[in-house]
Amino acid sequence: MRFGGVLAVDGVSFEVRKGEVFTLIGPNGAGKTTVFNLISRLYTPSSGDIFFESHNLTKVAPHQIASLGIARTFQNIELFEHASVLQNLLVGRHTHRGTGLWSEIFFTAKTRAAEIAARDHVERVIDLLDLQHYRDLMVAGLPYGVRKVVELARALSTGPKMLLLDEPSSGLNVEETSDMAYWIADIQQELGITVLMVEHDMSLVSRVSDRVLAMNQGAMLATGTPAEVQNDTGVIEAYLGSVDDVSSLRRPALSPPTGRVPA
Amino acid sequence: MRFIFKTDYVQDIRLAKHGGQVFWYAVLLLALLVAPLLAPEYWLAQLTFVLIYSVAGLGLMLVAGFTGQFSIGHAAFLGMGAYTHGVLVNMGVPFPLALLLAAALSAATGVVIGLPALRVKGIYLGMATLSFGFIVQEVFARWTSVTGGNRGMHVHAPDIFGWKLESSEQFYYLCLVLTVLCTLAILNLLRSSTGRAFVAIRDSEVSAQSMGIHLARYKTTSFALSAAITGIAGALYAHKLQFISPDQFGLLQSIELLLLIVVGGLGSVHGAFLGAIFLISMPQLISLTKDYLPSAIGMAPGLQGVVFGMVLIAFVLFEPMGIYGRWLKIRTYLQMFPFYRKGMFKRQKSFQKSDRLS
Repeated sequence: MRFGGVLAVDGVSFEVRKGEVFTLIGPNGAGKTTVFNLISRLYTPSSGDIFFESHNLTKVAPHQIASLGIARTFQNIELFEHASVLQNLLVGRHTHRGTGLWSEIFFTAKTRAAEIAARDHVERVIDLLDLQHYRDLMVAGLPYGVRKVVELARALSTGPKMLLLDEPSSGLNVEETSDMAYWIADIQQELGITVLMVEHDMSLVSRVSDRVLAMNQGAMLATGTPAEVQNDTGVIEAYLGSVDDVSSLRRPALSPPTGRVPA
Repeated sequence: MRFIFKTDYVQDIRLAKHGGQVFWYAVLLLALLVAPLLAPEYWLAQLTFVLIYSVAGLGLMLVAGFTGQFSIGHAAFLGMGAYTHGVLVNMGVPFPLALLLAAALSAATGVVIGLPALRVKGIYLGMATLSFGFIVQEVFARWTSVTGGNRGMHVHAPDIFGWKLESSEQFYYLCLVLTVLCTLAILNLLRSSTGRAFVAIRDSEVSAQSMGIHLARYKTTSFALSAAITGIAGALYAHKLQFISPDQFGLLQSIELLLLIVVGGLGSVHGAFLGAIFLISMPQLISLTKDYLPSAIGMAPGLQGVVFGMVLIAFVLFEPMGIYGRWLKIRTYLQMFPFYRKGMFKRQKSFQKSDRLS
C-alpha cells in the first residue's frame, strides 16, 4: 500500500487460519491499521491481493465485505452516536435484513417478523457481552469502556466469520481488559469466529492469541507464537532499539582538557 | 417517572410505547378532526398551512435530520411537486394520479440531486443543492409554455375521480389524511432497517459502510424519498394557494424549510410538526405585536426576516435540539424531579466531528 511517497505496508503477506486468533503487533506507524483498512476495503491496495475464503477482496466493493462475513471495530470508536445501543446493534443486522423499502414503508407482517428475528439475534449478543443495562441508552452518553464493548457487540451482531479488532483494549482499565480477553476467547472458542486483531497490550496478546505477526515500518518482522515473537531479536530491536543503535548515538569521548581553567 | 415493563420484543416495535401516548395522540387526532367545525375560516387556512409545511418539513427532516445530508435547495422539490401537479390537474388528470406522478417526478429529481451527495459533504453539498435550487427556479420562470413563467399559473381544485373538493374544509381533511399517511410512512421506515441505515450514515459513514450499508444506494434513496414527500407537500401547496409562480420556490422558501427543521428539532419527527407550527404562527405573532411597537420598527419592511434570523441564531446558540429538544428536557426535568442534571443532554456536535478514516 502506497500513499504518495510513503510505503505504508510493503510486501506484507500472511495467512490467518480458520478459527484462530491472529494478532498484529508493532510500534506506532508500523502499518497495522492500514492492513485492517485494506482488508475492510477502506483503502484499495496499490498492488497485491487479499483473499477471504475463495473471494478476492480487492475485487469486492467496500459495503460487500460485511456480507462476506468480515466485521470490524475501529481504533477510535466509530459508533452511531445519536442512536441507542440497541439500534446500533440492529444496524449490525443490516446484511441479513431481507425486507425491501416498500414492505418497510407499510411495515408489513414480513417486516415485523424480520424485526423480531433481528432483535432476537441481537439479544443473544447482548447476553454474551453483558450489555443488558445499556440497551436503551444513547451511545453519546456512555463511558468509553462501555462504548468499546458496544462496538464489539455491533461487530458480532453482523454474524461474522472473521472479526477484525483494532486495539480492543486501548483505553480500557485492567479489569475491562481482562473481561475483553475472556470475551475474545469466548468468541473464538464458543462461537467459532476467527479473530484478527491489532493489539499493544502484550499480556492480552499472549493470553488469547494463537499466532502473532510483528510489523515495523510497513514490513513484516516475525511470525510465530506470542512467546517466539516476543523473544525475536528483530522485534526487540524495533521496540527498544539495539545496543549498536544506542552506542552510535553516544558522543565521541572528548580529548582531556588542556591548559588552565579560567578563574 | 414512568416505568415501562417490557415483556415482549413487539413492545419495542410498536409506534406508541405506552398508554399515555395512545391517549394523547388520539386526543390530538380528534381535535384535528373537529377543528373545521369549530375554527373560523382563517384559522382553518392557517392550520392547513401547518399541515402542508409539516409534510414538507418531514421530507427535509428525512434527508437532513436522519441521513445527515444538508439540502439548501429543498424548495426546488416543493416547486417540482407543485408545478407537476398543477400542470397535470389542469390537464384534467384526477387528483390521486397527479399526486403520485408529482411525487414520482420529484423523487426522480431527488435521485439526480442525490448524486453529488455521494461525493461531497457538509457545506459543499449545501452549495450543490443551493445551485440546484436556483436552476430549478430558473426553469420554472423560463419554461413559459408549461409553467406560465413569471406570470404564474392557476391551479384547479382537486378532483378525486369526479368528486370535486371545492370547500376549504374538504381540502383540510385531504391535507390531514395525507399528512397522517406521510408521517406513518416515515415512522415505519425509521423503525426498520432502512431508517437505521440512514441514521448510521448520518453518524458515521465509515462504520455504516463496514456494517454492509451501501452508502450510494441509501443516500440516493433518502434524497428520493425526501423529494417525493416534499413534492406531495408542493402539490398540496399549489392547491391551497390556487396560484403558483416561480418566486414562491426560491432561496427564501428553502431557508424557511431549513429554519423549520432546525427550530423544530433536527432528527425528530415531532420537530417537523413543531417547526411548521412555529413557521406559520410566527408571522401572525409578529403582525399582532406590530401595533405595540414604535412605528419605526413595527412598520419596517424587513421585520419578519430580521425576527426569523434572530430566532434561528438564538436556537443554534441556546437550543441546538430545537423546540422538541427543549420539550424533552422539560419533560425529563419533571419526570426526574429533583434529580435532573444539567449535562444530561450533552451531545457531541456531529458537525464538529472530523471526517477521519478509522
